[in-house]
Amino acid sequence: MSFFSNKEAEALKAHFSRRSLLGGLAAGGVIASPLRALAQGNSASSPEITVANAHQAPIPIIVPDFGPGVGQRIASVIAADLGNTGLFQILPGEVPPNVQPDFRALKARGARAAVAGTVVESGQLRVEMRLWDVLVGQQIQGTAYTAPVADWRRIAHIIADVIYQRLMGEEGYFDTRIAYVARTGPRRRQTTRLAIMDQDGMNPHMLTDGRWLTLEPRFSPVSEEIAFLSYAQDRPRVYTYDINSGRQRMLGAFEGISFAPRFAPHGKAIILSATTSDGGADLYQVDLASQQRRRLTSSPGVIDTSPCYSPDGQQIVFNSDRGGSPQLYVMSASGDGARRISYGAGRYGSPVWSPRGDVIAFTRIHQGRFSLGVMNPDGTGERILTEGFTVESPSFAPNGRALTFCRQSEAGAGGAGFTSTIGVIDVAGFNEHILPTATGASDPAWSPKRR
Amino acid sequence: MKSFKTCAALGIALALTACSGDHDKHDVGGTGQDVAPQVNAGPVPGSEADLVASAGDRVYFALNQNQISGEARVTLDKQAAWLARYPQVNVLIAGNCDDRGTEEYNIALGQRRANAAREYLESKGVNAQRISTISYGKDRPAVDGDSQDAWAQNRNAITSVR
Repeated sequence: MSFFSNKEAEALKAHFSRRSLLGGLAAGGVIASPLRALAQGNSASSPEITVANAHQAPIPIIVPDFGPGVGQRIASVIAADLGNTGLFQILPGEVPPNVQPDFRALKARGARAAVAGTVVESGQLRVEMRLWDVLVGQQIQGTAYTAPVADWRRIAHIIADVIYQRLMGEEGYFDTRIAYVARTGPRRRQTTRLAIMDQDGMNPHMLTDGRWLTLEPRFSPVSEEIAFLSYAQDRPRVYTYDINSGRQRMLGAFEGISFAPRFAPHGKAIILSATTSDGGADLYQVDLASQQRRRLTSSPGVIDTSPCYSPDGQQIVFNSDRGGSPQLYVMSASGDGARRISYGAGRYGSPVWSPRGDVIAFTRIHQGRFSLGVMNPDGTGERILTEGFTVESPSFAPNGRALTFCRQSEAGAGGAGFTSTIGVIDVAGFNEHILPTATGASDPAWSPKRR
Repeated sequence: MKSFKTCAALGIALALTACSGDHDKHDVGGTGQDVAPQVNAGPVPGSEADLVASAGDRVYFALNQNQISGEARVTLDKQAAWLARYPQVNVLIAGNCDDRGTEEYNIALGQRRANAAREYLESKGVNAQRISTISYGKDRPAVDGDSQDAWAQNRNAITSVR
């Protein structure tokens, strides 16, 4: 991948204008209504499907085109969403819409489940979808979606979420977005823009103009807001950005650099790190409404950074060099009882707590190489998921089943061969893939499910 | 600031014609006629180019460290002497890191390095009010590339004239 020149990036920015962004977001949403069941099936039930056993044996599912044109495009987005999880084996083939299919024939083709759909385009899009359990011969979902034609991708992601949810028994994560930092220009002086795209890398929009160094976007769990670090006016500080209005707000003026923001699970406060004049950094909680701040750690000369709440808001995992080298610690939300949890070889950083609460993802650096892993909140059960020259900044999908992260390659002389990309991998360490981005990209932050 | 660095790179003899910013400064108090390039002229006294030429603008650090080395002390002593000569000049010290740490930890580590350089200058009598600091973590490497040598050059604190 090659970086765009600044001139090209300007053209790109003009293309991804705020107007098109607002148009996309204010599109009125997608309306879903139930369809009549075409087959009630018998009382028998299929053997239970779980994410764990689908890892062992992906679910064979037929995803046919929903008709020509946009119907075909919708089906391919659904197939890509499901296929990228590694939990589904996408089978080609026809499934007739609006009638009960021949279950014996579908079974003979090796399918466990099948989708059928139609698209009617008349000013708006109306997409009808049915999901069949082939083994017991039953309709398990039937829904019609109506939305503006421009929202066809969103309909496809919503349908993929429904299929995932009905078959895995867990919420999907396809109708989501990823905030990130778009990077252009030479490595020594990259232009960085706050940007946002769909979770599959499509529909990228630039949110800031690239004038100042911009890093570390983090999504609010409850609103259309992003917290991030901006070097505006050469005063690096945490800001919030309202996606719909474009309004930016500085989150308190700290004496030093304020950085590494993360929202509390209820969305009403942000926890961050602020550098001190003695060469350290302390953790603070800042209330968003009142801007009141509370200092949580204050060891002289020690760097405490990269804080992240547990999903119940009771604990905080963070990065600290209080023991000599950067390691991971967990403490109570009030700042008491910090205990070290990382004991593998090397230095640790950028911890993030899974929304499921079960694991903490992290970056580990050992002998000059990076790895990305997960461990239990008590530090046991460390597993490395992937590694490379640089793999860092993990961020969980809202259901905790996948992570997005930044992968950078080693640069040769003069910065030749340097790439900065955004990857996605599941928490079992499978199905790693790089998202298609038009520019260099880093600092991914996965959004909650869209409403 | 950028034009100063360009001047330094082009060489001092060319600087006066190459950089309009410098040229303006030379015109101040002039006769109103064009000032001819002065082949033997040094950098503008008190300028960043002067700081680079007289003291050196940067000091280097060991991996994950912020200790001021003996070599760095020599440079910072010269910077302190230079700052004593130009009491009207204020400086910005930017701390930087190699890319073998996480983005967030490195922002704090870069700040720690900038603070270490600032404290040293203060201990040599430079007024704290004249020094501001910033950290770019690993996002503004001085040298492209990922060799041991490049990393060593990227672990630094760079003093520039504000």
